[in-house]
Amino acid sequence: MVDSALQPVYDKVMAGERLTFEDGMRLFESNDILTIGEMAHYVRLQKNGLKTYFTMNQHINPTNICRNECLFCAFYRKEDQDGAYRMSPDAVRQKVLERINEPITEIHIVGGLDDGLPYEYYIDVIRTVKEVRPKVNIKAYTAVEIAYLAERSGKSWSEVLDDLIEAGLNAMPGGGAEVFSERVKRKLFTDKLSSDDWIAIHKLAHSKGIRTNATLLYGHIEKDEEKIEHLIRLRNLQDETGGFLTFLPLAFHPENTRLARLSMATGFEDLKHIAVSRLMLDNFEHIKAYWVMLGVDLAQIALSFGADDIDGSVVEEKIYHMAGSKSSQMMTRNQLKQLIQECGFIPVERDALYHEVNSEVSEIAS
Amino acid sequence: MKINKSLIEYKVREERRLSFEEGLFLFQQPDLIWLGKLADRVKRRIHPEPIATYIIDRNINYTNICVAQCDFCAFYEKVGSGKGYVLKKEVIGQKIQETLRLGGKQVLMQGGLNPALKIDFYEDLFRYIKTNFPTVRIHSLSPPEIQYISRISRLSLKDTLIRLKAAGLDSIPGGGAEILVDEVRQKLNANKTTGDQWLEVMETAHKMGMKTTATMMFGHIETYEHRLEHILKIRDLQDHTMGFTAFIPWTFQPDNTSLGGEKTSAFDYLKTLAVSRLMLDNVPNIQVSWVTMGAKIAQMGLYFGGNDFGSVMIEENVVAAAGAHFRMSQEEIERIIRIAGFEPHQRDMEYKLLEHREH
Repeated sequence: MVDSALQPVYDKVMAGERLTFEDGMRLFESNDILTIGEMAHYVRLQKNGLKTYFTMNQHINPTNICRNECLFCAFYRKEDQDGAYRMSPDAVRQKVLERINEPITEIHIVGGLDDGLPYEYYIDVIRTVKEVRPKVNIKAYTAVEIAYLAERSGKSWSEVLDDLIEAGLNAMPGGGAEVFSERVKRKLFTDKLSSDDWIAIHKLAHSKGIRTNATLLYGHIEKDEEKIEHLIRLRNLQDETGGFLTFLPLAFHPENTRLARLSMATGFEDLKHIAVSRLMLDNFEHIKAYWVMLGVDLAQIALSFGADDIDGSVVEEKIYHMAGSKSSQMMTRNQLKQLIQECGFIPVERDALYHEVNSEVSEIAS
Repeated sequence: MKINKSLIEYKVREERRLSFEEGLFLFQQPDLIWLGKLADRVKRRIHPEPIATYIIDRNINYTNICVAQCDFCAFYEKVGSGKGYVLKKEVIGQKIQETLRLGGKQVLMQGGLNPALKIDFYEDLFRYIKTNFPTVRIHSLSPPEIQYISRISRLSLKDTLIRLKAAGLDSIPGGGAEILVDEVRQKLNANKTTGDQWLEVMETAHKMGMKTTATMMFGHIETYEHRLEHILKIRDLQDHTMGFTAFIPWTFQPDNTSLGGEKTSAFDYLKTLAVSRLMLDNVPNIQVSWVTMGAKIAQMGLYFGGNDFGSVMIEENVVAAAGAHFRMSQEEIERIIRIAGFEPHQRDMEYKLLEHREH
């Protein structure tokens, strides 16, 4: 250990004890990335052994028209702006049909808060996808979209969720959490859902049996203490509900946003966020290294720093690519498996709910 | 004695030299953090100050005409292809002037094995540079070029080097080493220079008091055993001459090459960097390669044995031709080094720290 300030944290991790806010701060303040990684890797082995999950998935972003104007976003457009688009439910159907012969088990759907679309549209998108691919898991709409739909329709969050579940919703992504900090919210995403509401919507979803993910957006103006508080709030909710499936730290991509003066998070910071998340979130089963955001190279290294999931084949990801992400848009199953195996891990194909699947076998069988 | 992790840890702690078999054990280890911690320990022993160095220089590819036609290269043009060039010395002079203006102190001139360019071309060029830009350091001509110049100029290797040095050559870059195993070189069609000839150029230069670096290009057709053989050849020569300042492992870039294939992974890169640091106990510096691996992985390389960030390159053509397009400014390199917890420091070719630069 290079940084002896980490010794008490190290001892706690080895003893399986929960880390405190102060422990989290100590981790963020330390440059001893290899010791932090070593601890995170230890926890990962306890929880998941050598298993490393991937999924065959498809992303659909049905609309990029959004009434919010978050400073960190390069995806949204105003209705009359160049590049604004809105897919009809039929266009969504076509998107799904285009890849109907691929062994996809998860479809991820998120988009803008589009005042030009009726409430029913959002329900129809789910229903359409379910109709075309009934076996697929639909992971759709962040808490921000759920709150928006409630506001638009005059329904309660609970009623909106019921409508979506009835249409075919299986799980919810963890986006829109950003950083649970009033200070940051005022500066970067003042129109957006409050952190209390984000938490409340996820809690409600969990109570209805809908599993969800959680995120943290880092690498902008946030402070270390805000991030640790964020992780502890997620940990508290997970203690209560056990409804979170996985956590993904998301690096802010400044390019093409109004915060383009900021620099991209470096590899050292990406790995630190993966590892610290693994260490603080002792009640989360999974930590995801989202390769579309990190790049394939860093996502592979993250598997040795606490991450046990590398996401999936992802075709047509728009949100990060409009913010300048240079990663390719697709990885084949063999590429995913190979990059996992090379690091000594066991690749496990999963669906959105972390059930093990083997689409390779079902593909051959069909 | 059976090789295991504790034995290696013991040997690293006690500063014992690692064997070929132990090197192989390291390469076969999937435990990346374990390798990193070992390499980091050795690095901190050699470089106790929390500093990461870099240099500002310019790659000038004075000709792309080459008789070698290596399968892994996307840069060369054949003699008579119509797309070949040789830069005029005035053009090179302009590039050097720009380099000095941007704070650079060195030029790295490398080019193809061009049958039209005999030793007088290089003597004339180096004298021109030293006359017009007396402060600039000429870190140029990799061993295959030197060996080829000596052959077509009908001079001994020693006489070639004596004349080049007299004309102004200060030090020699370690390119063209690829993998110093002839079986591999033959398959790569890189056999214009044999492994022994590469080592002979370096040995001769070291004995004349010239410093050089050494590279290794990996991630193509070679095995771990080949990489180790390469590394140990460098270590053996270094025991005799102590002329290598740095070792620079970098990954094969397949685009636009006739060899083709996939780029090796970041995991393989960091592992190889760490093994290099552990095996090369007599080479002071290990350089990370942001040009081939990108800034994120190169930055992490500083925790896997690397202590030098390489060059803020004002111009680079060879790797760019093979599909790598990473670009970084001095400010960006310094920022990345600082975030990783080190103080960035500009250096010269001999890895001496320069006085703090004036902005």
